[in-house]
Amino acid sequence: MSALLVVERLSVRYDSRHVLRALSLEVARGEIVALMGPSGVGKSTALRAVAALQPFDEGRIVVDGFALAPGPVPPESRLVPLRRRVGLVFQAHALFEHLRARDNVTLALRHVLGQSRVQAEAVATELLASLDVGTRAGAWPSQLSGGEAQRVAIARALAPNPPLLLMDEPTAALDPARRSALGATLRRLSQQGRGLLVATHDAEFARAHADRVVHLDGRTA
Amino acid sequence: MVVAFVLAVTLAAQGGGTNPRALVWGGDAEGGAPFVEADPADPSRVRGFDVEVAERIAQGLGSGRSARFQQVQWSDIDQSVERGDFAIGLSGVEDTPARRARHAVTLPYFEFREVLAVRPTDASGIHSLADLRGRRVATLGATIAYELLIGARESTGVIPISYDDDVHPYADLVTGRVDAVLLDHIIAQRALRRRGGTGFVILDQPVAVGHYVGVLAHTNTALRDSVDAVLRESMRDGSLEQIFRRWSVWDPTQGVLFDRVLRSSAAATPAGAASTGQALAYAPSLARAAVVTLLVSVLSMALAVFVGLALASGRVYGSTVLRLATTVYIEIIRGTPLLLQLFVIYYGLAGVVRLPAFLAAVLALGLNYAAYEAEIYRGALEAVPRIQLEAARTLGLSEVQILRLVRGPQALRYALAPMTNDFVALLKDSALVSVITVVELTKQTAIYATNVGSWAVPGALCAVVYLAMSLPLARLARRLERRWRPAA
Repeated sequence: MSALLVVERLSVRYDSRHVLRALSLEVARGEIVALMGPSGVGKSTALRAVAALQPFDEGRIVVDGFALAPGPVPPESRLVPLRRRVGLVFQAHALFEHLRARDNVTLALRHVLGQSRVQAEAVATELLASLDVGTRAGAWPSQLSGGEAQRVAIARALAPNPPLLLMDEPTAALDPARRSALGATLRRLSQQGRGLLVATHDAEFARAHADRVVHLDGRTA
Repeated sequence: MVVAFVLAVTLAAQGGGTNPRALVWGGDAEGGAPFVEADPADPSRVRGFDVEVAERIAQGLGSGRSARFQQVQWSDIDQSVERGDFAIGLSGVEDTPARRARHAVTLPYFEFREVLAVRPTDASGIHSLADLRGRRVATLGATIAYELLIGARESTGVIPISYDDDVHPYADLVTGRVDAVLLDHIIAQRALRRRGGTGFVILDQPVAVGHYVGVLAHTNTALRDSVDAVLRESMRDGSLEQIFRRWSVWDPTQGVLFDRVLRSSAAATPAGAASTGQALAYAPSLARAAVVTLLVSVLSMALAVFVGLALASGRVYGSTVLRLATTVYIEIIRGTPLLLQLFVIYYGLAGVVRLPAFLAAVLALGLNYAAYEAEIYRGALEAVPRIQLEAARTLGLSEVQILRLVRGPQALRYALAPMTNDFVALLKDSALVSVITVVELTKQTAIYATNVGSWAVPGALCAVVYLAMSLPLARLARRLERRWRPAA
């Protein structure tokens, strides 16, 4: 199975202090990989580097053939292929507060992929329904519960259909029932051929739902 | 403590080494020679024929009285004399029925003619107001001449343009901003002398005649009667004639006026027919002025928003040079008075580009408020959380799309309340544009107030109109804010 994401010896320093040292991992299509470790060890930093929101100092990141090199983050115009390949669900969801749930999902479809409003809304309606938030399409982000907001954020990241989905601490605000529902959702997404890299400090969730667990010290379970 | 302080200040102000027997008289040195002007040899003193008339009156009142000058804005002389700021106002004060109805007025001591000035090329075709249909005719606001023009607007279709001073009407006549000026012959002749006798001509045939009088508080009839006695005496003994001759304003009509005054105790009939009934005639003018205020404000705000957005974008996204340039613009505009900017754009640029007054007003207000809007937008853009921008980037939106679709709309919500405040402030600041001849609500109210001799009704009416424009705005902004920031 060819790797969708390859991270080799990734290092990030803030002022000469290592936040991330020589992280290596791979994610294949159809695979759920959990990136484990306690808070503050650089899990989010690793995801942000893969999503090109954050520069790194050493190592190499390749997403489906698109390579990122150490040094400053390239301008957005040169990141277009990466943006098509990687979706990111933020821990805080970061839904656009001025747009209703549905419009959060259609934004990239209409303005990046150039779909018509009707086309984009059809895709959004289907995505939101598949994530059990179909009835909340007309709600403002501030009117959504934490779980609902997370699922809308997943729908937004999935809308452009990226092969790789990154998730930062997805269980942070969920009760146990919601956690296993989320696990089922992730499994369904991986079965569609996507690779998922999930940063979490939740060992139980990682054991129950990930195909592989990568500890930030490099151990693989 | 406070009372003691106020008392001390008041006493000190009154003490000031002045003679309690001095006749304090009010006039406007900005009006200039030959009425009242600062003495070039000693600018702390004033000179002019009105200065000498005041001195003659003080001397005639006896008991070793002297005249002491009190500076006052010409248009405020009536209000100030009623407040007791000085005993008598003398500064080319015109004799009108409204003034006689509200104040104690002396007998007329000088007869002036309202004369038309036109450009030499027009002189052959213009002989009276009737020849100026559809043309712009300038004058000083709140004068008999202004009343004449308002009357002529209905009958002959002239377009009255009101100024706050009597110098710029002639400057604008020469540059072509207006087609004629109607003012007192003394003022017209002085303006022509200052221009070396070129640039415009004064028509021989006067449009009307009027008289200068002294004005006193309505309760002060005793002093008025004494002043009248001194004026009669000075007409009889030739001292008034000597004063006028010294200032080169004597002509035979003054002799005729003196004869008439000395023959009858009744005052001469004033020119210009301003009756109290005419106060009602100001209602349509007030409505028109409110529309002007609204138009100036809305257009200025649109310009301010547009330029402000460009400046803010330059400051947030621009190169170092662009950031520096926008910062310099913003600091210069915010650090200098709007009034100065108005003058520079209207009069200062007149040599390069002759902007119509309305356009200059919109430009000055718009460019001024743009600096304030820019700072609001910059703050609002920077207040949008970084994670919102990162989320937009991961979706593949370009920087321009992020600004247009995410950052801009979110910043707008932060900017809305301060923008509304600014618009309400602009609505009121638009009153300043009257200094460049745009008659808006406050100016029209001032004209109305001068005409009826009281600020009470015109002031209240004006406040109601401003509130009617600003309150709905505040409501609208609150509603928009609610819509964009729904409760959780």
